[in-house]
Amino acid sequence: MRLYGKFFMMHLKSIMEYKTSFFLSCIGQFLVSFNVFLGMYFMFQRFNNVSGFTYEEVLLCFGITLMEFSLAESVARGFDTFDSMVKQGDFDRVLVRPRNEILQVLGSRIEFSRIGRILQAVVMFSYGFAVSSVRWTLGKVLTVLFMLMGGTIVFCGIFLLYASLCFFTIEGLEFVNIFTDGAREYGKYPVCIYGKRVLLFCTFVIPYGLIQYYPLLYLLDRGKPYYCLLPAAASLFFFPCLFFWKLGVRHYTSCGS
Amino acid sequence: MITAQHISKTYKVSKRDAGFSSAFKALFRKEYEYIHALNDVSFTILDGEMVGYIGPNGAGKSSTIKILSGILTPDAGTCRINGLIPWKNRIEHVKNIGVVFGQRTQLWWDVPVLDSFELLKEIYRINTRTYRQNLEQLCHMLNLSELLKTPVRQLSLGQRMRCELAASLLHDPAILFLDEPTIGLDAVSKLAVRDFILKLNKEKHTTVILTTHDMQDIEALTSRIILIGKGKILLDGSIHDIKKGQESTEEALAAFYRSHDI
Repeated sequence: MRLYGKFFMMHLKSIMEYKTSFFLSCIGQFLVSFNVFLGMYFMFQRFNNVSGFTYEEVLLCFGITLMEFSLAESVARGFDTFDSMVKQGDFDRVLVRPRNEILQVLGSRIEFSRIGRILQAVVMFSYGFAVSSVRWTLGKVLTVLFMLMGGTIVFCGIFLLYASLCFFTIEGLEFVNIFTDGAREYGKYPVCIYGKRVLLFCTFVIPYGLIQYYPLLYLLDRGKPYYCLLPAAASLFFFPCLFFWKLGVRHYTSCGS
Repeated sequence: MITAQHISKTYKVSKRDAGFSSAFKALFRKEYEYIHALNDVSFTILDGEMVGYIGPNGAGKSSTIKILSGILTPDAGTCRINGLIPWKNRIEHVKNIGVVFGQRTQLWWDVPVLDSFELLKEIYRINTRTYRQNLEQLCHMLNLSELLKTPVRQLSLGQRMRCELAASLLHDPAILFLDEPTIGLDAVSKLAVRDFILKLNKEKHTTVILTTHDMQDIEALTSRIILIGKGKILLDGSIHDIKKGQESTEEALAAFYRSHDI
């Protein structure tokens, strides 16, 4: 943890060399996700519900998903550029240092401009809370915390999975973005609106449903009580990802020079 | 002590002809070729030895260094470095080695050199006293005191290489791997680097294994060379073993490469 703090400071020092660029990308990040919100807002101007979810409910869902994603992204973004790390051979350097590889990869890239997105997530999250008609109890507040933790872990898992794939091939990995950035975009609505198949996929393969749809039903008093515990089950998703990563490191073949 | 026995490593590389149509074909059916980067390589290196590891491009030098430093896992063979198997006890092993890749940097581009050093202190968990001592000593030997506060992007290649050397030695490694440390350097910087390596070996008794294409490096630094070609060790001895009469080392080496068809 101390080492991560040290990496954090190094990135801060580096970024201070390029101030303007930093502020511009912060604003950009903020606006991108604000855009998504606008799209949603205007849609609900015309239709007052989507598959039985009202504007307020969808907003809560969006706020939580965006928050989960932003939290995961701010820690795990190092994985997102991992393909270039493999291509350029910088991963060699990671391996000749006596520290955990994942920690070093995470530390290799910390994007402060993501603060724009996090800010946006916080705004959406609080707005979603403020307008929601949920009757809050201690259990429900805990469920939200659960969702945030579980969701962050699931998204980190996907980032890790993406990175692990880089060990095997470094071409055509764009499709993994469907599961990261794509999930953020689609995740603004409860996943059930995309149909039964998608819901099944999001329950048993990549557990988006467990961190978003089911606990949301619980919050809205429409689900079964055990739904509030599903985010914990979702975090188990991280283990196969970790296993895949270890497999990848063993398979690593470095590159020229 | 480093002992490597019967190490082999094969890479699978995809190949295709140039041009768009073959690129398109490769989308669906890839052809692979197996390259035997290392083929039954064995050697022993004692503590405090300085060894030049040479061979033409693509002979397997970097692969060997990567295996010895725990980056790659060989397909076959065993290797023990001070009792540890590099790719199995990676974390324990790399605490005791320093690695310099001449073509890459481990310093942070946008911040002063000293900041990179401080990060390394944290990574290697060097205690503050040892760190200060080593830093002072390395600064003195490599004449760094002027450079520590400069961002790396503003250093010349020669200055950067000196910092690079210091960075890989802050944690007092027993073994130092140098992968082409003098590549691209001017005469003055080359001499400075060579001097430093000699001094380091003499004073700290550090084992040095270096790969290079610069024969003057070899003449100045190492009494023992291991010559590798097409993944096989062709010579383990002295540079004088291949030199005949008046020819220069460079010529002798080129003749040797040619006679072995590598």
